[in-house]
Amino acid sequence: MPLLETRKLTAFYGDFQALYGIDTMLDRSETIAIIGANGAGKSTFLKTIAGLIRGQADSVMLDGMPIGSLPAADIVKLGIALVPEGRRLFPSLTVEENLLIGGHGRKMSGAWTLDRVYSLFPILKERRRSATPTLSGGQQQMAAIGRALMSNPRVLLCDEISLGLAPIIIADIYAALQQVKAEGTSIVLVEQDIVQAMKAADRVYCFQEGRLSLAGRPKDLTRDQIHRAYFGS
Amino acid sequence: MTGWLDALIQGVLLGGLYALFAAGLSLMFGVMRLVNLAHGDLIVLAAFAILVVAGKLGLDPFVAVLVTIPILFIIGFALQRLLLNRTLGHDLLSPLLVTFGLSIIIQNVLLETFSADSQRLRSGAIETASIPLGGGIAVGVVPLLTLMSAIAVILLLNLIFYRTPIGRAFRATSDDLEVAQLMGIDINRIFATAMGLSFVVITIAALYLGLRANFDPSIGPARLLYAFEAVIIGGLGSFWGTLAGGIVLGLAQTIGARIDPEWQILAGHLAFLVVLAIRPRGLFPRAQD
Repeated sequence: MPLLETRKLTAFYGDFQALYGIDTMLDRSETIAIIGANGAGKSTFLKTIAGLIRGQADSVMLDGMPIGSLPAADIVKLGIALVPEGRRLFPSLTVEENLLIGGHGRKMSGAWTLDRVYSLFPILKERRRSATPTLSGGQQQMAAIGRALMSNPRVLLCDEISLGLAPIIIADIYAALQQVKAEGTSIVLVEQDIVQAMKAADRVYCFQEGRLSLAGRPKDLTRDQIHRAYFGS
Repeated sequence: MTGWLDALIQGVLLGGLYALFAAGLSLMFGVMRLVNLAHGDLIVLAAFAILVVAGKLGLDPFVAVLVTIPILFIIGFALQRLLLNRTLGHDLLSPLLVTFGLSIIIQNVLLETFSADSQRLRSGAIETASIPLGGGIAVGVVPLLTLMSAIAVILLLNLIFYRTPIGRAFRATSDDLEVAQLMGIDINRIFATAMGLSFVVITIAALYLGLRANFDPSIGPARLLYAFEAVIIGGLGSFWGTLAGGIVLGLAQTIGARIDPEWQILAGHLAFLVVLAIRPRGLFPRAQD
């Protein structure tokens, strides 16, 4: 049984349908990447899994348990944490408080503590008393990932974590994700940067206008296939 | 000269009462962006609650308030959970309308139950006791206790907000409702807890309202106005600002009254308008938003 599975997942914003019957699965200690053009529904997909958009109970299964209709506050306690697009740290909390709030009401046992997050991202320890708006983009992204890890997730959902960052910082962050994966955490990446996504993921799914257009292992996919899945033909 | 110094001291002490009125409002707005038009009536309701508890159990108001606080916490928690949470998040108008309706309901229920007669909380000699400061100036014990309670309440609220996990959750929820839920925060419960806490502050304000002057079911809206003015003068989102706002308002009123007794209330409103014109975000606004 896969750790996380979506079955005919649909999502709506009011009357507008953003996702049409998405079937995906994620195994333990696996990294998958969701790629696709702007507006393909990638972020919506993550938000639906995280419970910010609620749907049919059995459209999202965690360890065989239907969780698709649960609110976000319950989902995180079951071990699915979202690093939201744009980082969205709490501006009136310090870096350390942002990390601590990530562990608010945590139910999952696991290895992640403040110290572990600080050893993963040492710069955060130096900046722990700082207000988050004073952090650089890369530091903010590290804090957002650390905040999600504090809930001891089984599945880490990452929405556009490389957006707007310098290549060297992106490399640092992806190196850190490798360590997170080594802890046994499964990762779902939503990435604009296809090269990065292909490098980091065991499998990729491509979305096109709310539908799944391609799925497979990076080494099995040709450039042409991806191009067509991305833009349509 | 003595008269002016006296006005300044009395103004600061009066400011303590306004800060107590305002602190609960500041808390509600700070956590859930709720503008509660029933705030003044809730203070009056709490004053009647203390009156009833003190009367039925034969307690001094200072003791009765300790019994009343947990009851009002539960009422506040339930009110938010069952009613006000349903009004939040859609638009600004629905909480305004609902709390306006609540204000009218509270006034009329109190009128039905307790009549329009003026009431007072009686605590014996302490009500009229004063401490002479020399030079013909004396400060009343109750006004002094009011200011000290206001400072204590604000210290405590700051402690809760900046030193405890629940306070962290309050601030996070206020910053970003959606992401707060991603942290596992049950926002309905956080809002209800904030309202319960706000009702505790309301009850403390009600104690001093009832000890210092007469009250009846109709005086709520004016207390709401003073509370609003204190919050706005101080700057949204800062408890110390709220204390400062209360004191500015109290000072303006006593100085106005010193010039001409008819000017007391007007001077307070004028001070509010002046601050609004010069510093629209108040004296101590929060850094962001």
